[in-house]
Amino acid sequence: MSHKVVIPIGPYHPLQEEPEFFRLYVEGEKVVDIDIVIGYNHRGIEELSEHKHFDQVTFLVERICGICSTSHPFAYVNAVEDLAKIEVPERALYIRTIIAEMERIHSHLLWLGLAGHFIGYNTVWMWAWKYREPILDMFEMISGNRNHYAMMKIGGVRRDIKDEYIPILKKTLDDLIPAVNMFRGAVMDDPVIQARLKGIGILTKQQAIDWCVEGPTGRASGINIDVRRDDPYGAYDRVSWNVIVEKDGDIFAKTVVRILELYESISIIRQCLDKMPKGEIDADVKDIPTGEGIGRVEAPRGECFHYVRSDGTNRPIRHKVRAPSYMNVASNKVAAVGGTISDAAITLAAVDPCYCCTERLIVLDKHTDKKMMNGWDLIKLSQEKTQKLRNTIK
Amino acid sequence: MMFISNEVKEKLADKIINWYGHSLRRVYISLKPEDLKEAARILFQDLALRFITASGIDTPKGFEILYHFSFDKTGEIISVRVLIEDKKKPEIDSLAPLFPAAEWIEREMWEMLGINFIGHPNLKRLLLADEWPEGKYPLRHEHES
Amino acid sequence: MNLKLKALTKSLWVFHLCIGGSCNNCDIEILDLLTPRFDVERFGIVLVGSIRHADVLLVTGSLSRKAATRAIQVYKQMPKPGIVVACGTCALGRGIFKDGYNSPCALDELIPVDVYIPGCPPKPEAIIAGVAKLINKLQGKK
Repeated sequence: MSHKVVIPIGPYHPLQEEPEFFRLYVEGEKVVDIDIVIGYNHRGIEELSEHKHFDQVTFLVERICGICSTSHPFAYVNAVEDLAKIEVPERALYIRTIIAEMERIHSHLLWLGLAGHFIGYNTVWMWAWKYREPILDMFEMISGNRNHYAMMKIGGVRRDIKDEYIPILKKTLDDLIPAVNMFRGAVMDDPVIQARLKGIGILTKQQAIDWCVEGPTGRASGINIDVRRDDPYGAYDRVSWNVIVEKDGDIFAKTVVRILELYESISIIRQCLDKMPKGEIDADVKDIPTGEGIGRVEAPRGECFHYVRSDGTNRPIRHKVRAPSYMNVASNKVAAVGGTISDAAITLAAVDPCYCCTERLIVLDKHTDKKMMNGWDLIKLSQEKTQKLRNTIK
Repeated sequence: MMFISNEVKEKLADKIINWYGHSLRRVYISLKPEDLKEAARILFQDLALRFITASGIDTPKGFEILYHFSFDKTGEIISVRVLIEDKKKPEIDSLAPLFPAAEWIEREMWEMLGINFIGHPNLKRLLLADEWPEGKYPLRHEHES
Repeated sequence: MNLKLKALTKSLWVFHLCIGGSCNNCDIEILDLLTPRFDVERFGIVLVGSIRHADVLLVTGSLSRKAATRAIQVYKQMPKPGIVVACGTCALGRGIFKDGYNSPCALDELIPVDVYIPGCPPKPEAIIAGVAKLINKLQGKK
């Protein structure tokens, strides 16, 4: 039963030592059990919602997660509009779709960068985040902020996409395609990456069903669900696009799904920019009646679900939020167990949890319960494994 | 498009106390707490619906739990509602033995509302800090009486 | 000014601490500083993995209960003189989460904060400006 003590070097990951998010129990090199401890970011948002007006809640839920900061308000306004049977003007539906897809692009590029870093491809990290910047610039042009763009409103959107922005948006998307082609070639055709990621961290289709995972994590395991197609909202049923499904369930499949979804997102935005009609962007909602409503969207990580109950006053009496990572992270219990510790970092990151979660990793020896290494060491191990593979494949 | 709500109505039959179709894709069914486990089994195993999550609510009449299931082929969400009237010692069967996806949300409802889930394999805190006092449930409404 | 403080104004080693209750946007913007567009490493600013090597403690997040004791622990472990920078509206005073049951108090009620960078999230340029102001202040300039 050997263990390595790794001296952390390299400044790229801001990590802390406690509290642990994932306790990995190992025997030798193998992960035999995993205890997932969350609650670190718990802010009591559901309880806070009950003290805020319906409009204020939109801003509150935006800050649940910084990366998919439009998905939560989108699902929330869908829930309230379902409750009150509000018709949203068509132009607003298109604008919402454009914003949501831009968010998907920036989120997948972010994940690509982090995944690249975890397996030691720091160039991928730098390039992915470099190509993310023009998208954030577009957000700033439309809404005034790179993140937390506050575009959603019950009954419509808060800001319009001006006509003079449209050619600039289209140019940014055109410039993005060669970059995505480059990532696709660099990642999907690289024999080292294939050797590194294929067959690792497998979540079988049956496991995906039992743990009710969704989003790219589920689609990589052959679960053909996508809220945009199944329960259409926004303008998704007015444009044509494909749902990307892979069947192997390993990390390579999860990567492929996300890269190919980038092309689909670019196509959806282009179609929306062309088809978007002139008109109102806000239904000017005054009161929310008594009732309950459910709204869901396909966030970059999966299905984001909101349930809202109203008693006719101006505040929700119950607001239930379920982020996609809630189900996907829990499924790591089966995906990470059985693998080696050098694969642990990338397996846990492959479901694309909120970035903060993957930091707090700790590895414990199964029999002595002795702490062996932390998340930083795991990332280092993961990078070393890639290097070894590269040497053998040359 | 074959809406699953018809089959649900058929299979759950006389367990259904109340049926409310809010819209084409949003259905709310009320059941007795004792019938929940069998109903969930029918929905998950027989009809292959996907479990989304559960919403626990403190109401004057009791603790209401809505179990949300999705039929992805049509985009329908079937929400099963149960009312636990005993607020002093609220409990209900755990669904975790049926599908592990229910484990976390039942732990969360336990620590937020104080509902006991009978048969849950690992009922311990999920979100609240260890120092959070026992017996204080953040999502309970303190009623003046 | 004394030698120790002067040493801090050259290449700054930063330890980033996310004290819970964070939406991670500030954390992403901080990581963004390392990417080609902003590239703070050319100023000698480096993110380190251990608080014991750090000159600056960069804090984000609205301080959840699970994290409160750790924030104090980390601050005690920081070699003095050191600087604490609160980045983002949440670290300043919990922001929109002020009334939540899991946000006990603001950061500066627990540890002394030297620099406040407001924003939700603060743009990378704002973070660099905050650090530049800090360096100027340490050097006695306006």
